[in-house]
Amino acid sequence: MARAAVPGGLSARRAWREATLVERRPETDSAVTLVLDVDGWPGHLPGQHVDVRLTAPDGYTATRSYSVSAPERGDRVELTVQRVPDGEVSTFLADGLAVGDAVRVRGPVGGWFVWRTGQPGPVLLVAGGSGVVPLMAILRARGPGAAPFRLVYSVRGPDDVIYRDELAVLAATDGVDVRLVHTRRAPDVDKRPVGRLRESDLAAPGWTGEDAPTCYVCGPTGFVEGAADLLVALGHAADRIRTERFGPSGP
Amino acid sequence: MDFVTRGFQGRPRGRDDRLPPGQYLTGDFPVLSAGPTSNVDHDEFELWVATEDGTRHTWSWAELMALPAETVTVDIHCVTSWSKLDTEWRGVSLDTLLADVETAADFAMVHSYGGYTTNLPLEDLLDGQAWVAYGYDGDDLRPEHGGPARLLVPHLYFWKSAKWVRGIELMLEDSPGFWEQLGYHDYGDPWREQRYQGD
Repeated sequence: MARAAVPGGLSARRAWREATLVERRPETDSAVTLVLDVDGWPGHLPGQHVDVRLTAPDGYTATRSYSVSAPERGDRVELTVQRVPDGEVSTFLADGLAVGDAVRVRGPVGGWFVWRTGQPGPVLLVAGGSGVVPLMAILRARGPGAAPFRLVYSVRGPDDVIYRDELAVLAATDGVDVRLVHTRRAPDVDKRPVGRLRESDLAAPGWTGEDAPTCYVCGPTGFVEGAADLLVALGHAADRIRTERFGPSGP
Repeated sequence: MDFVTRGFQGRPRGRDDRLPPGQYLTGDFPVLSAGPTSNVDHDEFELWVATEDGTRHTWSWAELMALPAETVTVDIHCVTSWSKLDTEWRGVSLDTLLADVETAADFAMVHSYGGYTTNLPLEDLLDGQAWVAYGYDGDDLRPEHGGPARLLVPHLYFWKSAKWVRGIELMLEDSPGFWEQLGYHDYGDPWREQRYQGD
């Protein structure tokens, strides 16, 4: 049977493994990076996610998917979790899980929304809110001499930028074109009027449909719908636009 | 109990027995697709069924609308763990579409505008289990949810209910579709929690 080559044999990826929290790093007021030590982790590709399962004393379990935020590094798996209001799992991970505590994870999951080292061509990353997480894994995985990368990252305000310092370094010294799009509050130096993502945020020399970047769009459903439509309108081929949506939307 | 997450209690229980294992209820209607939303005009829409010997049956939008329609209320279950109960759809039963189709096939590959595919056993499309749906909640089915028409196979995980459906290829042998090639289960029964290959 045809099957995409992703790390780990099938049984390895299906197995629930004990994952111990070794470090927590606050990213914003509502997002935290969790570094887990997962015994026997089979490895993952940038862009993939994992299933995280919490188990209560009476055996009740709750499982959610979270994107991995950093490339493969032995048994270490980094997730960045955005607290969802009233979220059963995200609030526990963000507030309740302490260093030394364990959860269960399995994966990696998802062989489509991935970037592979050596994959040819420029890469256009479009993030809405915590949709930046799997895109950060892609940015962190690209090596020296990689094709051009551009990140267009939509946030409500300056305080909501996850990975702010690292993105500033990537932009200043590492040749990654990072464009922040502020939808509600912008820093004074930003001349762009606040508002939702628009065509002019995505249109840039070297990043047209003819330049044929592979586009990765991740964020809440409404954001992804809008961004993907803008990319298609700008001439990007639909089969080069990969999307990952999360969160609820109205019917 | 072999494993407990220290400090985790979870939401109050009282589980709904209509909720398959590992699923949680949502009142919203989340969207999951691999790429941009396809926009298909009624003018260019054509639904086809192709048998293993190459015979094709086709319906224009007007022809599809002229077929007897049913309104069904069903529960839907997404592999990403949300379930939505009592969703109301309007569409044409596959029993109607396949009534005059002669085939010895046991499997079907469903094709979408945009290139998405998903495979199912043919018997899961018959006997009142599957529809080509074009209405949702009393309205037209919106593009982000698969409009103008999508497959509706509510007893399987919802990726089997292909959005933007354009054709059904009947096959003598099974063959994996888009997500199935990427590690998702070939059958996808939510009650047996068949999320990934090997589950």
